[in-house]
Amino acid sequence: MIEYQVQTMAAKVGDLPRPKKNYLNETKGFWSWAGTLDHKRIGVMYLVGTMFAFLLGGCFALLIRLTLLTPTHKLFGKVLIDAETYNRVFTMHGIIMVFLFIIPSVPAALGNFVMPLMLGAKDVAFPRLNLASFYLWVTGALMAITAMVLGAVDTGWTFYTPYSTTTDGPVTLMTGAAFVLGFSSIFTGLNFIATVHKLRAPGMGWFDMPLFVWGIYSTALIQILATPVLGITLVLLMLERNFGIGIFDPRIGGDPVLFQHFFWFYSHPAVYIMILPGMAIISELIPTFSHKTIFGYRAIAYSSVSLALVSFIVWGHHMFVAGQSQLATVVFSALTFLVAIPSGVKVFNWLGTMYKGNISLDTPMLYAIAFLILFTIGGLTGIFLGTLSTDVHLTDTYFVVAHFHFVMMGGTVTAFLGGLHYWWPKMTGRMYAEKWGRVACVMYTIGFNMTFLTQFFLGAKGMPRRYYNYLDQFQPLHAFSTVGSWVLGSSLFLTAAYLLASLRKPADAPDNPWGGTTLEWHCSSPPITHNFEEQPVVEREPYDYRPVKHA
Amino acid sequence: MSTTPIDLPHGAQGAHDAGHGHGDVDPHFQHHFTTMEQQNDTAKIGMWLFLVTEILLFGGLFVGFGLMQGRYPREFVEAHTHLVRWQGSLNTIVLLFSSFTMVMAVDSAKKNKPSKTVWYLVITIICAFVFLFVKYLEYSHKFEEGWYPAKWYRGVGDAIPGSHGYATFFAFYFMMTGLHGIHIVVGIGLLSWILMRARRGEFSSAYYTPVDLVGLYWHIVDMIWIYLFPLYYLIQ
Repeated sequence: MIEYQVQTMAAKVGDLPRPKKNYLNETKGFWSWAGTLDHKRIGVMYLVGTMFAFLLGGCFALLIRLTLLTPTHKLFGKVLIDAETYNRVFTMHGIIMVFLFIIPSVPAALGNFVMPLMLGAKDVAFPRLNLASFYLWVTGALMAITAMVLGAVDTGWTFYTPYSTTTDGPVTLMTGAAFVLGFSSIFTGLNFIATVHKLRAPGMGWFDMPLFVWGIYSTALIQILATPVLGITLVLLMLERNFGIGIFDPRIGGDPVLFQHFFWFYSHPAVYIMILPGMAIISELIPTFSHKTIFGYRAIAYSSVSLALVSFIVWGHHMFVAGQSQLATVVFSALTFLVAIPSGVKVFNWLGTMYKGNISLDTPMLYAIAFLILFTIGGLTGIFLGTLSTDVHLTDTYFVVAHFHFVMMGGTVTAFLGGLHYWWPKMTGRMYAEKWGRVACVMYTIGFNMTFLTQFFLGAKGMPRRYYNYLDQFQPLHAFSTVGSWVLGSSLFLTAAYLLASLRKPADAPDNPWGGTTLEWHCSSPPITHNFEEQPVVEREPYDYRPVKHA
Repeated sequence: MSTTPIDLPHGAQGAHDAGHGHGDVDPHFQHHFTTMEQQNDTAKIGMWLFLVTEILLFGGLFVGFGLMQGRYPREFVEAHTHLVRWQGSLNTIVLLFSSFTMVMAVDSAKKNKPSKTVWYLVITIICAFVFLFVKYLEYSHKFEEGWYPAKWYRGVGDAIPGSHGYATFFAFYFMMTGLHGIHIVVGIGLLSWILMRARRGEFSSAYYTPVDLVGLYWHIVDMIWIYLFPLYYLIQ
């Protein structure tokens, strides 16, 4: 073990001799990937898988918007898709985006790759379990795609009973897919918690961990505490559908609101499984590109954990108009406002970090700034929905659709794209075309706002969500939103194009292209199979930008 | 910078990192840990976290049972009188005893007594089979009476119009004891696996983590039964 020193400035190309062998080229062949236990390779496989899911779910989204372009749903004189198909398309969009893309994207893809590096570890705690959870994801994905080919389901991604226990279509297979994907998520969470507890580098205390790790750790807590409840709920749904167990369907003695309670007991915390990793990425991007120590380190760390805890006591706000008791409604509304506190703490600490920082506007930082704007809009509109009097009006309208897309896409996907650009050089050893990166980010932000800001207006005017037909008066806003989806889609295809193009050129990325201070920037790009040449020993705080003193 | 070769075989790498001067390295040692102790602790944390998810998995069913009991209090109390209390009690005793033998198996592995470990594991597995046999008797009795789960339910109470209490009670009975039974079957598999390894003499005071972990699992299966038993057989 040698003493580990933090470099404060970006290493230039050729600072250190580039090792000939790295995790990408050490072994070759299909089985060296399919059977790998290396967290970096598993992370890359997850990344490829989730990107395909994102593409598929995104195509469904574009199809939804295209259908809603006109009230007659006609394109060149022909009806694009009928109402039945429309229901299946938005359901598939939801299921694929939630279960196959957003939930695994940041923790299992980027987190798998980066978190052990940040901890100075050689791997995650249970490498075999890590690979198993990837194959569970693949199994779940194949089940979902099979169900899709067999005719898909029209239940919405929420599978509300008794509709889901009586409608046609392969509902059992689809809920089975969600069940399997849930276990993939549980095993990832379990693995990461054990990793954070036991595999930190010598000298790294809890408050010396990068904030990304705090975010992923909080996410993992929710993954293991909430997902099993979804698992048993889906099992009950399948049993009721196939064997008539009377638990959710009132005709056979069940309680339909009970399903909603069970479902949201998981799915509300699941919202934080999706957003916390996004916040975790932003906590890395902001100090790195402001070249300044993070403001309020402990406040951000605690706010991640407290968001995870608060997420478990607010699920009732999904049932304000579903026949929940009035007392429960008031209590859940009040508790829901608690969410604003840790979220606000984070946003203000990020702004405090940027204040008087030396900000460089590279692509990841542009995404971080877009996140700050979009997430804040998404968060604030959540307060409208948590307030009982306004929620009664806004429930099940496009206002809700816009709100959660601002949080899930404007928040998580924006942060994911920022993180993908930030760690791309580390993962692939190559720099992408910076100019195109900035162009795509600006297009993304404009397209996103065209698509979803519009939907706040639609919802406030009373356009219900999930409807195939709409009144003629809504057409201008629907059409504007659809055009926005084309801009948004183009920006993502452009991103895919220049990122993939960068793979064709020789490895040119320096070990630390952005001047980051956390440990993943102190191994080579791409890292060697065992991550570090020497076991790092941590002697400084994670975001220490003070110059190193040489005795 | 010194130049430590990274591609040492796993064991050798571990020996380098552990640095406690052990001559021989445990073949179970994995390369990404620094010490064997760290590896064992990590495995234990993993198992505890898994047990937490098990409790939550059953938790959903317990909550569902509680709510349905509130909905059909009369039917639930009446339906439970059809369960045979002595069979449930016998199974409780059998499982509690098997938890004891499991503890002894872990303890003897820790104290380098492999032959004792083998015997304690054998007794534990026998207890598991006794439990399943009693469950088989119980289930076949229910089926004879027509108390099938859910839509096949043909027992008492279905003549009362609009009441689903009995069918719901037996649906939960079969779901919860069934899920528990599946855990017993998985447990038998795990116990047999460590039994084989114990017979090969793989465990010692230096390495007995698998016995420890299977023990933890077995105790949670036992503990869940400790809650199922009063819930189904003793409610008034």
